[in-house]
Amino acid sequence: MSVLTPPRSAPTRQAARTPSAGENFSGWANRHRKWLFAAPAMIFVGVLIVFPLAWTLYLSLTDSQGSVRAASEFVGLQNYLTVLSDVERFWPAVGRTLSFTGVALICEVVLGMCIALLLWRPFRGEKWVRVAILLPLVATPVAVGMMWRLIFDPNIGFVNQLLGMVGIPAQPWLSGQDTALGTTIFMDVWQWTPMVVLILLAGLTSLSEEPDEAARMDGANAFQRFFFITLPLMMPTVIVAILLRGIDALKTFDILYATKGKGGGSFHEVETLNVYAYGLSFDYNQYGLSSAVLILFFMIIIGSMWLLTMRKKAVSK
Amino acid sequence: MTVLTEDTEPQTAPAEAAKTAPRPRKRLGTRAYKVFRVAALVAVVLFLIAPLFWMLLASLKTNVDIYDTGKSFFFTPTFENYANVLQRNNYLVFIFNSFWVAFVSTALSLVLGVPAAYAMSRFTMHRSALVVLMARVIPGVSLLVPWYYVFSNLKMVGGFEVLILSHMFVALPLIVYIMMSYFDSLPLELEESAQVDGLTPIGAFRRITLPLSVAGMATAGILSFIFSWNNFMFALVLSGSKTKTLPVAIFDFVSYASIDWGGLMAAATVVTIPIMIIALFTQKYIVSGMTAGATKG
Repeated sequence: MSVLTPPRSAPTRQAARTPSAGENFSGWANRHRKWLFAAPAMIFVGVLIVFPLAWTLYLSLTDSQGSVRAASEFVGLQNYLTVLSDVERFWPAVGRTLSFTGVALICEVVLGMCIALLLWRPFRGEKWVRVAILLPLVATPVAVGMMWRLIFDPNIGFVNQLLGMVGIPAQPWLSGQDTALGTTIFMDVWQWTPMVVLILLAGLTSLSEEPDEAARMDGANAFQRFFFITLPLMMPTVIVAILLRGIDALKTFDILYATKGKGGGSFHEVETLNVYAYGLSFDYNQYGLSSAVLILFFMIIIGSMWLLTMRKKAVSK
Repeated sequence: MTVLTEDTEPQTAPAEAAKTAPRPRKRLGTRAYKVFRVAALVAVVLFLIAPLFWMLLASLKTNVDIYDTGKSFFFTPTFENYANVLQRNNYLVFIFNSFWVAFVSTALSLVLGVPAAYAMSRFTMHRSALVVLMARVIPGVSLLVPWYYVFSNLKMVGGFEVLILSHMFVALPLIVYIMMSYFDSLPLELEESAQVDGLTPIGAFRRITLPLSVAGMATAGILSFIFSWNNFMFALVLSGSKTKTLPVAIFDFVSYASIDWGGLMAAATVVTIPIMIIALFTQKYIVSGMTAGATKG
């Protein structure tokens, strides 16, 4: 690499075209570094996304099943019609996906904000609390699922043992048809509230203290200061947290599959769109149908992200 | 473990009391808040730690003790479960597989991702960045069917290459995202003055910017390692018997007729312990990675 080539400017472009081959390459590389740097990563991601996505779109218009290699016929929008009129599996799965994400997000943001406020001002022992916050965050979701399976086990689980001590009858938790989804939401809240805490805490620490101080001088109490000063200033950060967490919550798969297995349990209690699409693809080999589900799922994700980004722009102004 | 007394209160409290004149109600309020705060923090820590502690306890019990509710906390610990898991079930191989896949996919993603993030940050290539970040949004299942088809035709399913490729797909967007916000915060002047002193733009990147970005790269690398280590879905479909990673191995544990709880908890502990130890030593980096870009408007 030539050290002598001066920085880019009009005459440099001429100077870079020197006869020596090494000089030539170096000059070329420096002039095109923007794409030289960015292209490999973009090509990698592009090839791994664009091609599979196009294929998924194509598969969703065929009756492909059994094996992707098997002959399949073009059926137009038939799969979409089948899926959209399926009130037994598809629409309940949409409902579960949205309620799982919605309830988990609300709990995580409210709890996360409370914990972030608790941690905001320094205190002794802070280090230990921060470690405790980090541990669920990095734990392997499948292992976490197994851990909760034991804790929520109706017969030997610690939760029912604890409830028994205060006289509450044993609950079925994960094995109950009505309680399973709620239990998995609880697991999600346990694992991911810490992430919301970290994001909100970063937001709180970057706030200037002046508005809060001024409101205190004017005699505003802690609740007034939070709801009228801190919260409005924090809104953009809150929306970032919802955005980052929401994308992952919509796509939750690991703990659902680890705790309830194929099809989200025998009554599909926790079958969200992602679990449903995975099952159609890899447990039942219905590639045409599953592709249609995936395209619709993808549209839901993009749609909700777009709404949130619009909201963030409105709040930031 | 947790001595949660206020640290700064002694300094601020008198000043505050002086400011707001002697109003006993106020001081009572702050004292009540102090007690509440300590109690709340203890509750939070318990809520987050207790399940993990329970998992660890169960992994040290025999299956008979796990079924005995009288022995929840007092029992004779045994390492039998760990011995079973590590020796009989090939877990050493799975640990190596997980480590190797996470390590290689992180290293390759850093090589591809850091220069890309640099270009996207310096030339504000927002649309290009969006393409890479799309990878974070797309549901993994929609990529798995085509990948599986192509890679099984190439006879690559069950090999390390395909697992590493699929994990890079998770790691790369993460690294680009974190490094972009890191480069955004790095002042341009250093590079510019290096160029005035005769370095080429690429030379300035290599000798000035990269050494200054070690912390950022550590952040991105550690997080991508953790995400790869924890990844389940891609390995579930794309790994073979020889390349099985730990999360898949744990999942396979429950497909037997009756669950060996002690063994399962030992396996779950084995997969979480390494990552938690890494997290303890690199706490600072993980926090900055998780919150990267969150506070820019």
